[in-house]
Amino acid sequence: MLICEKLELTQGTFHLSADVRFSQRAITAVIGPSGAGKSTLLLAIAGFFAAQSGQVVLDDISLMSVAPGKRPVSMLFQDNNLFPHLSIYENVGFGVRSHGRLDANERRSVLSVLDRVGLQKMADRKPAALSGGQQSRVALARLLLADRPVVLLDEPFAALGPSLKDEMLDLMQEMLVKDAGATVLMVTHDPADAQRVADHVAWVADGVVHAPRPAAAIFADPPAGLRNYLGKMG
Amino acid sequence: MAQRAVAINPTKPGGIVAGLVLALTLGTLGAVAWRADWGRGLGAADWAAVRFTVTQALVSAGLSCLLAIPVARALARRRFWGRSVLVTLLGAPFLLPVIVAVLGLLAVFGRNGILNDALGALGLPEVSIYGFHGVVLAHVFFNLPLVTRLILQGWLSIPAERFRLAASLDAPVGRLLERPMLRTVLPPAFLIVFLICLTSFAVALTLGGGPRATTVELAIYQALRFDFDLGRAAMLASIQFGLCSIAAALAWRMTAVDGFGAGLDRSVDRWDGSRWGDAVVIALAATFLLVPLIMVIVRGVPGLLELPVDILRAALRSVTIAVISAALCIGLTLALALKGGRIVGLVGVLPLATSSLVVGTGLFLLVYPIVNPAKLALVVTALVNAVLALPFALRSVAPAVDKITSDYARLGAILDMSTWVWTTRVILPRLRRPLGFAAGLAAALSMGDLGVIALFAGDAQETLPLAMYRLMGAYRMDAAAGAALVLLVLSFALFWICDRGGRVDADL
Repeated sequence: MLICEKLELTQGTFHLSADVRFSQRAITAVIGPSGAGKSTLLLAIAGFFAAQSGQVVLDDISLMSVAPGKRPVSMLFQDNNLFPHLSIYENVGFGVRSHGRLDANERRSVLSVLDRVGLQKMADRKPAALSGGQQSRVALARLLLADRPVVLLDEPFAALGPSLKDEMLDLMQEMLVKDAGATVLMVTHDPADAQRVADHVAWVADGVVHAPRPAAAIFADPPAGLRNYLGKMG
Repeated sequence: MAQRAVAINPTKPGGIVAGLVLALTLGTLGAVAWRADWGRGLGAADWAAVRFTVTQALVSAGLSCLLAIPVARALARRRFWGRSVLVTLLGAPFLLPVIVAVLGLLAVFGRNGILNDALGALGLPEVSIYGFHGVVLAHVFFNLPLVTRLILQGWLSIPAERFRLAASLDAPVGRLLERPMLRTVLPPAFLIVFLICLTSFAVALTLGGGPRATTVELAIYQALRFDFDLGRAAMLASIQFGLCSIAAALAWRMTAVDGFGAGLDRSVDRWDGSRWGDAVVIALAATFLLVPLIMVIVRGVPGLLELPVDILRAALRSVTIAVISAALCIGLTLALALKGGRIVGLVGVLPLATSSLVVGTGLFLLVYPIVNPAKLALVVTALVNAVLALPFALRSVAPAVDKITSDYARLGAILDMSTWVWTTRVILPRLRRPLGFAAGLAAALSMGDLGVIALFAGDAQETLPLAMYRLMGAYRMDAAAGAALVLLVLSFALFWICDRGGRVDADL
């Protein structure tokens, strides 16, 4: 289980506290007004943002002294998730930990994971030759290959159209959570995303990450801040 | 604690390179200052050199700026056939070997040039290109295009909506839009040209000379090569460094990054100014810039047959030096750009405050007691040229490195890329364009260099510009013209190959 233990994040006048646990084999949507610190929370878990105090703990092991690349964590950012000068095959290949030439086994894994997202024929192309939806699938393929227990999504599908986005969310749920059993944290500003795939929702506002609650329950009876936020969205 | 920096760029080579650059700039300055013979003080000739240097630089910079304003304005508001070619050509003088340009100018304005032929046919007295106005003419030839590009950038940075608004209000465009822009663009442009003219050696060597037209750089050369007065050469070099560092400090503070003409390929719709006036201005500027270049080709082609075999050897030597120098420059630039930070920024501009002759004098003083400087001529030339091209190369590469780092360093880190993988698989492939451009620039600048090589070389180390200069000195103008054409073609070919190499297949 992924736990933020009395985590305090500070930068200038910005402050965020998190003392929460995230369920395994589930998607937790992180929602809240812009500037509340949703992305910062993910960056801290990934190791890109140094906490003032507190711990990020996964399965009873503290991650605080572990470098981002060595953490059992994958992350997709808002943009720049693929290297434009490398082929799809090479991009996905970086999901394998050893970064020398891929051996025969690893090459097979790359191709089979590309097959799973339906892009095996595109392996030699560069990202620019693919549609936005296909590029998202490439990023998903790399997450599947990396196979890390925690996956952080910082609105990577925000630029996709509504139906493509829904398709990607469903695919994520299917492959990352149901098949691979990952703990997924998904930042979103769209409550519909959360309602579609999230098992839990963590509300972030006023400098606090609130404990995740089951999605159905929280939307049925939202706390005051969230009700306000949903009202504005509606 | 704040955002943790993603430390994925290699930084160790940058430290070593910074040390090397410091040694070559401040270290040679130290050697120069230590050996300077201040006891005799500045003689009348030295004062004259300082005065001449500053005066010609001021006049050259002033004229270049003044003349560039109407040219840039005409280019900014007119669309015509060949405009983009002309704008591209405005970048050419920066790559043009100085001595080639001088030969072209001589073919137009010299004693046997087409201008004096025409004047003679009309029974008018001939003009002389030698001395103060010759030096200024050459400097304007080189810098008018540079300033025109800088101002053109300023003009095109004024949003089209403003011109539309001004036109609809029938407001004075000049006072409202243009003068404020010129007030910000012109001072740094003036300083840059002033700095270039302060350190220009080959122009003074070929068109100046004599007690009334000697620059400090030329005086250094003469003190070292003719009088072998090391103390005086060192003293003059210290003075030169002082002059340049003042100008460089001012210039660098004031300049924005020059995109080397990116985005100049458009014009702005305007509703003022005379079409014919602009046409005349553009035609005059194009004539002034193109005729000398055309003359290099016209006179050079027959001269090719006159070329001594030595010239081929000199050309081969020059190309070798240029390639080594470009490779060195790229290595230095990359190491510094990857390291980044304020100190690197400072180290990167230090070469601007010095000059080929100052560094050359310092190195000469250092190696002279140990080995015959002529033996090191080619190595020293390649190294010094690489360091002198560094500020320009860094201006093209460093912003690109910063962009790659800010776009992809986190992705590289979360994928657990090692510094080696990150550098070879991400940084280098994504840097191909700016690296190719910088390599081309360094190669062309080194190819045309007639500075440090003149201090060090004996007959056996002649480069093409030096061989050409010696041909001119021996009044073998046909052969010199042939050599000029070879030098011109080689310089632009080297630039083109490198720049092209960076562009082909570069998916970005």
